[in-house]
Amino acid sequence: MPAVTQTREAVEKLGQSTYKWGFETDIEMDMAPKGLNEDIIRLISSRKEEPEWMLEWRLAAYKTWQAMEEPKWAKVAFPPIDYQDAHYYAAPRKKPGPRSLDEVDPELLRTYEKLGIPLHEQALLAGVEVPEGERMPVAVDAVFDSVSVATTFRKTLEEAGVIFCPISEAVREHPDLVRKYLGTVVPAGDNFFSALNSAVFTDGSFVYVPKGVRCPMELSTYFRINAKNTGQFERTLIVVEEGGSVSYLEGCTAPMRDENQLHAAVVELVAMDDASIKYSTVQNWYPGDENGRGGIYNFVTKRGACRGARSKISWTQVETGSAITWKYPSCILQGEGSVGEFYSVAVTNNHQQADTGTKMIHLGRNTRSTIIAKTISAGRSDSTYRGLVRVQPKASGARNFTQCDSLLIGDQCGAHTVPYIESRNMHARIEHEATTSKISEDQLFYCRQRGLSEEDAVGLIVNGFCRDVLKELPMEFAVEAQKLLQISLEGSVG
Amino acid sequence: MSQFLEISGLCAQIDADGQKKQILRGVDLSIPPGEVHVIMGPNGSGKSTLSYVLAGREEYEVTAGTATFHGQDLLAMEPEERAAAGLFLAFQSPIELPGVNNANFLRTAVNAVRRARGQDELDAVAFLKMAREAAKALSMAPDMLKRNVNVGFSGGEKKRNEVLQMTLLQPTFAILDETDSGLDVDALRIVAEGVNRLRAPTFSALVITHHQKLLDYLVPDRIHVMARGRIILSGGPELARQIDQEGYTKFLAEVA
Repeated sequence: MPAVTQTREAVEKLGQSTYKWGFETDIEMDMAPKGLNEDIIRLISSRKEEPEWMLEWRLAAYKTWQAMEEPKWAKVAFPPIDYQDAHYYAAPRKKPGPRSLDEVDPELLRTYEKLGIPLHEQALLAGVEVPEGERMPVAVDAVFDSVSVATTFRKTLEEAGVIFCPISEAVREHPDLVRKYLGTVVPAGDNFFSALNSAVFTDGSFVYVPKGVRCPMELSTYFRINAKNTGQFERTLIVVEEGGSVSYLEGCTAPMRDENQLHAAVVELVAMDDASIKYSTVQNWYPGDENGRGGIYNFVTKRGACRGARSKISWTQVETGSAITWKYPSCILQGEGSVGEFYSVAVTNNHQQADTGTKMIHLGRNTRSTIIAKTISAGRSDSTYRGLVRVQPKASGARNFTQCDSLLIGDQCGAHTVPYIESRNMHARIEHEATTSKISEDQLFYCRQRGLSEEDAVGLIVNGFCRDVLKELPMEFAVEAQKLLQISLEGSVG
Repeated sequence: MSQFLEISGLCAQIDADGQKKQILRGVDLSIPPGEVHVIMGPNGSGKSTLSYVLAGREEYEVTAGTATFHGQDLLAMEPEERAAAGLFLAFQSPIELPGVNNANFLRTAVNAVRRARGQDELDAVAFLKMAREAAKALSMAPDMLKRNVNVGFSGGEKKRNEVLQMTLLQPTFAILDETDSGLDVDALRIVAEGVNRLRAPTFSALVITHHQKLLDYLVPDRIHVMARGRIILSGGPELARQIDQEGYTKFLAEVA
């Protein structure tokens, strides 16, 4: 299990300092001038060699965005963002499309090596077949700033008929599929940040799983923001046809810097009859220093549509990073008997702010949703769970179960739970449970009496608190996530 | 003077509703290696406080006196350092750790003390083998290792779990704070056997109890009676039987 070991080792090294992944990579950059206007959008579109319809779509989104205002309802506070003071396009200068490892910029590979991304395993990158009986391989579509640099395991996926590629490539190579689904789950004008993303998105992943195909491996994208002052606007679109299934992993780190970085991604999932999509995120972007300076602003719109009967979409997220998190992975349960799940751990420390949760929109009959949200606040941080469960008139037999647990560490942090429950059907069943607790002195002392250091004790207790969520993560991610939780909370006690 | 456990003039207080409350008022106690000592005494006499202070609970402020363990200043050590040095406290009310797997907790603890003691850490397989054997010797159901630490355990299960932890952590000095309370006769015997298995010339125990019954299985070397934050009387095993028959009143009256 080399990938697991390497990931672990990398994370363990992380534990030796406050944030070790704060390095910059010196790679030649192709960068657009600061600011946002139609010309910049045309530039992005032409650099991506996009068809005309894509440019039109972007420009329409840009017009929509101009008429919108930044939402103010979330329980987060930050100085106004100057959207004209950022670069909207930055691409590592590269030869036309790396075909093998040798063609990938060695500097870039070293960056990944520092990050401990399993990508740097030569065999894996080169697509060497894993002997039978070993663990299921992971395919990585690495996003380095705005351009996907290396995509692995193409061949195995192609044989299965699965498309997994950078979205800009999909726009060129599979225009009909992209055009059919893009913006159908999250319309450009859905919210301020989705409109912005639709206008300027530069990369992200596209996944298409055809009818009856179970994706033969877990698909993984590592995001990383690198260039100074570039916001990153990924766009991810995953479509799974009837009876297909896919598990998608997303994990990220970012280098340390002083200025706030805006990140506004859009993720759209579409599941047809009997299809299932499992989307797992471990988010560890730079949260700012101990005084709250710097750090990523993470304003993300993630939504999945269960279009088909008995389809299933499951979101699992472990959020430990970012200065501000604004994120509500949601499910639109349209197909009869479709299932939506949301498992979340959100950790905030120091001056981090998180306003996160989910929306479960029950449209179809006998639709079911489960929400398990664990919030951990430490330091002077503030964390809010905001969740909507809506049952529409036709959703007879709909069921929801929600459990929100908050864990406080110290006495200067805050945790808030804001559930919105709207039932328009007499035959729906909605349950909501919520608890707030503190790590007790009794628990800490008990662990320490057994020989554990205070920080190990906190890690153990916190991981126990999050167990219901962590067990939903794929094995490799779960190990990383457990370590991350502990690292994120270092120095938060005593 | 032995060099094992020496407590001298120990005073400690706790902050209760903004008021300092003196609980230990000059405890003197010496336990040589290889002996089992018992502390008896009425409720509120400071027995549990003494065990917490020795284990390093921060809420208690030591205001005077000393405690040394193997010649080291016990009071200057962190709780986990005391554990690594060989001190174990079986809690009167074991603490629940929701979501924390019992085997995982035990292994983390065992490896933490092994590391601190300069021993090799145990891998999962070796640890589980050892833990299963120890659990079996305490007549614990095999699934106890899989459950969350003390969550949903019955009173008796919790106490056995404490003895299981003690067995695996291999302390040289164990404090058992009313480990016998709430146990039926069979459980009492099993727990006592667990302690007896640890008995060695290098192992000592301090047993806090109200009942003679435990002492039938766990033959003690010395009995101490504690009252109002002090050891007021010490004697041989016969003292426990005397208290069992006559109560504390007579002894309290004698020192008053």
